[in-house]
Amino acid sequence: MAESELLTRTDCQAIFARALRAARALGADDVEVTLGASDSALTRFANNAIHQNVSEHRRFLSVRTVVGHRTARASTNRLDDDAVRSVVEESLAIARSAESDPELLPMAEPGEVRDANRFFLSTARSTPRDRAEMVAAAIGVAQGASQNAAGICSAGESAMAILNSRGVFAYYFDTLAQFSITTMTDDSSGWAKASAPDSSEVDALALARRAVEKAALSRGPRELAPGRYTVILEPSAVQDLLGQMFFDFSATAIHDQRSFLTGRLGQPLFGAGIHIDDDVYHTLQSGPPFDGEGVPRRPLALVEGGVPREVACSRQAARREGRAPTGHGFPLPNESGEAPLNIVMRGGDQSLDRMIAGTPRGILVTRLWYIREVDPYEKIMTGMTRDGTFLIEDGGLVCGVRNFRFNQNLIALLRNVEALSPAERAAGEESFDMVAPALKVGDFHFSEVTKF
Amino acid sequence: MRRIAEQALGAAAGRGVSYADVRVVECRSRQVATKNGKVGGMSSSESLGVGIRVLVEGCWGFAATDDLSNRGLEAAAALAWEIARSSAAAKKKDVRLAPEDRYEAVWISPCRIDPFSIPIEQNLDLLLRIDTELRRNSGVTLAEASMVFTRERQFFASSPGSRIDQTRTTSGAGFVAHSFKGNEIQKRSYPNSFGGQHQLKGYELIEELGLLENAPRIAEEAVALHSAAQCPEGVFDLILDSSQLGLQIHESIGHPIELDRVLGSEANYAGMSFLTLDKLNHLNYGSEMVNVVADARLEHGPGLGTFAFDDEGVPAQSTSVIRDGRFTGYLTSRETAAEVGLARSNGAMRADGWGRLPLIRMTNISLLAGSQALEEVFDGDAIYMETNKSWSIDDKRYNFQFGCEIGWEIRHGKRARMLKNPSYSGISTEFWNSCAAIAGPEHWVLWGTPNCGKGQPEQVMGTGHGASPSRFRNIKIGTAYGG
Repeated sequence: MAESELLTRTDCQAIFARALRAARALGADDVEVTLGASDSALTRFANNAIHQNVSEHRRFLSVRTVVGHRTARASTNRLDDDAVRSVVEESLAIARSAESDPELLPMAEPGEVRDANRFFLSTARSTPRDRAEMVAAAIGVAQGASQNAAGICSAGESAMAILNSRGVFAYYFDTLAQFSITTMTDDSSGWAKASAPDSSEVDALALARRAVEKAALSRGPRELAPGRYTVILEPSAVQDLLGQMFFDFSATAIHDQRSFLTGRLGQPLFGAGIHIDDDVYHTLQSGPPFDGEGVPRRPLALVEGGVPREVACSRQAARREGRAPTGHGFPLPNESGEAPLNIVMRGGDQSLDRMIAGTPRGILVTRLWYIREVDPYEKIMTGMTRDGTFLIEDGGLVCGVRNFRFNQNLIALLRNVEALSPAERAAGEESFDMVAPALKVGDFHFSEVTKF
Repeated sequence: MRRIAEQALGAAAGRGVSYADVRVVECRSRQVATKNGKVGGMSSSESLGVGIRVLVEGCWGFAATDDLSNRGLEAAAALAWEIARSSAAAKKKDVRLAPEDRYEAVWISPCRIDPFSIPIEQNLDLLLRIDTELRRNSGVTLAEASMVFTRERQFFASSPGSRIDQTRTTSGAGFVAHSFKGNEIQKRSYPNSFGGQHQLKGYELIEELGLLENAPRIAEEAVALHSAAQCPEGVFDLILDSSQLGLQIHESIGHPIELDRVLGSEANYAGMSFLTLDKLNHLNYGSEMVNVVADARLEHGPGLGTFAFDDEGVPAQSTSVIRDGRFTGYLTSRETAAEVGLARSNGAMRADGWGRLPLIRMTNISLLAGSQALEEVFDGDAIYMETNKSWSIDDKRYNFQFGCEIGWEIRHGKRARMLKNPSYSGISTEFWNSCAAIAGPEHWVLWGTPNCGKGQPEQVMGTGHGASPSRFRNIKIGTAYGG
C-alpha cells in the first residue's frame, strides 16, 4: 500500500492546488499547506471491565502564508472550497499584521525524503470486537491471579503531508497499536506497556502476565529510608526520565541559553559508555521522516562516548549558525525551534536478569511518574516511582518497597551508568517512545518515601 | 449546530439505545507570542465536529467525527453503537445513571470586549512593548510573552430531551523573563507560570492584568535571583502566594476528589486517590479554617471551570469539598453518583472538544478566603514563596513536591532577603492540617490552570482555583536541592 485511504496523494495535491490558487489571488508570495487525517480507537478498561470505548475520525488543514518578510498560520478541520479559501485568507490577514522579520527564510525547497514504511493494514482495520477480545483475555490473566486490571488497547492509522509553493511534497502515513496494563492487589501493583506500528507485535497476554507477576512480587511492600541507592531502571523508566532532556539538544534552545547544553557541547559530560543517536529510520522507530517544513530528517550523533556532539537544527537556526539544517524543525512560526524526536540509545550486553544478579543491594524501578524539571541547567528532575518498585539484595529481588520520590541530576545519572541492557522500543507515559536499554545506575537520589 | 445535533442524535437513537447524547462543538482560537523582540507564534485555528455517546445493553460507546455529512453522521452513530456492543465482551455490570431533569437553555459567558474583535496588531504591540521592557534589563537573556483566546460553542442534545446551547470565551496572557549566568538559569513569570492568568473573560482580562507595568520588576527579580541566597533545607513555616496555592489545591485536593479516580477508572494512567469512600464526612482533611468548594457557577467568578451546564447536561453547582477542615464531597458524574448512591451528579463532566469523551474534571476548586489581614499571615518568621516552577505528586496524591520561582525569608513579618530555588514537599492531608492563616477576600484571586491533563487518550482541560495567601506550619523546605 503506497498511501493511506484517509488522505491520498491525489487528495493532497487537489487541496493544495485550491489553497495555492487562493493564496496567489490574494497576493501571497508563498504558501505552505500541512494536511492530516487520522482514525484512532481506544478501548479502556478498569476494575476488570471495559468502561470507556472510543473512536475518533479527524482531519486538519493548516496553511502558512508568506508576504514579504511576514508569515503566519491558520488551521481548520473543514476541507470544502469555502473553508480552504477562508483559511488562506485568515493566514494572510494575520501575516499582514505581523512585524516584518528580515531573517525570515523563503520556504523550503524540495529534498529527497526516503520512505519509511510503517503501515500495517491489519492494525488499521482493527475492530472494536478485536480490541474487546484482547482486553477480555488480558483481564482473564489478572482475574486468574485474583488481581484487578486497568489499561488500554488502542489502534490507529494516520496520514500527513506538507506541500509548498516551492515544490515540496512530503507525505507519510503509518499505523500504531498500544497496549498498557496495570494490575493491582490490595497493597501492590504492576505495570507493563508496549507500542508498535504492527499490532501483531504487541502481545497483550505477555504484558498482562508481566504486570501480574510484578504486582504479586511487590505485595506487602517494605518502607526503606530515602537516600542514595544503586538503581536498575527498566527501559520504560529510562525513556520517561531521559526523554525530558532531548528538547535541550536544539540549536535554538542553546542560542536562547535555555538548554543545559549551553556552553557544554563537545565536553565529556556523561560516562564514556553513553552513545545516543537520533534516527527516524531505525527499525524500532516511528514518525515522519521529515520536519515541520518538509525538510528530510538526517540521523544525528547526539552523544558519542559521553560527549554531546550534534544537536537538531531547523532551517532558521542553520542559517544563523552557518550550518546545514538537520530536518528537525517544528512547524513555523514557533518559538522553540526544533528537537530530535527519534531517540536511539545504544544498549549493552547485560540482560536485566544479569544486572539484578550482579547487584549486592539496590532498587529495581519499573516505571516513573509525574516527572518535572527542578533545575534547567543542572537538569535536576523530580518524580515518583510507581507500579513495581523492588529491593534487590545479594543479586535477587527480595520484596516490593514503598514508592520513592527522586530528585536526580540527569548529567550525574549518565555519568554513573554501570551497565546497559540491549536496547528495545520502550513505551511510557511521560515522554515520547524511544529505543532505550535498561540502565544500572549508581548513587541515584531518592529524597522521600510515600505511603504506599 | 442544532440541525447537526438532531441528525446525529436521531441516527444514534434509531439504533436502539437506552441513552444517547451528542455534542456539536465549534471552537475558535488565536495564539500570539513574542520572543526576544520578534514575533514567535502567530496562529489561529477553528474546528467543528460532533461526539456521539450511546449506552447500549448497559455499556458505553463513543464515536467522534468531523465528517458532518449525512453519511458521516450515520457512520459515526453506527460505530458508537458497535463499540458499545463490543464492550459487552468485558462487562461486569450495567451502567446506571443518576437521574437528571431535561433542560432547554441558551447560555453565553460574559465577555465585555470580544477578544477576536481586537486587531492582532494591537496584541502584538502590547507583547512587544512588554518584551522591550524586559530586555531593557541587560541581565535578561530570554524574554517571552504570549496571549491566547478561545471561543467554544457547544450544542448538547440528549435522548431524554435536553437541548443546551452554550458559548464560553476565555482569554489568557503572561510573560517570562529568563536569565542565564554562570551555571544557572533563573526565571520569573507574570502574573503566573503556565502562560500567565487565564479566565472566562474577554479582552478586558488583558487590560486588568497590569502586564506592562510589572515587566521591569519581573526582569529585575529574574536577574537578582543569581545573587540571592540558596533556599535553606529544613522545617519552617511556609507562606504561599495565591497562584502557587492555586496549584497546591489543584494537585492535592482537586485531583483526589475526582470520584472516577477513587473508583479506579484512571488507575492505569492518572492513578487513583487516597480519598477512599470510607473517608467521606470522616477525614480531617485540613485545619478548621480550611473551607474548599467545587463551584462551577458564575457567582463564584469567571474561572476556567465556570459554565452553565456540564458536558452531560447537568446544571452548574456548588459542592462543599472541605467544610471546617472535614472532607465532605467528591466531584461526580451521573454514572459515578449512581454507583455510590448519590441522588444526583454535581455536574463535573467535561470533554476536551468534540473528539473526546466527557470525564470527571475539576470545575473551580477554591479555598475560600479567610478572615486574617495579610500582616497576620506574614507575622513572625517564615519562608514565603511565589509562582510555580515545578510540580509533582504521586499517583494516589499523597506525596507532593513543588518548586517556586522566587522565595523570601520572612523575619518579624518583613521580607529579610531573597531566596533562590525554593521548594517544599509533604503529604497532602498533613499539609492542609498545618494551615494556620488564610488572608481575607481582598487578597483572593481566581487563577486559571489551562493545562490539566487526564484520560486516555489524553485530554487537556482548563480549571479554576481561587485562593488568597496562606500560612502553613512546620513544612519541609528545600527538599528538591537537598540530600
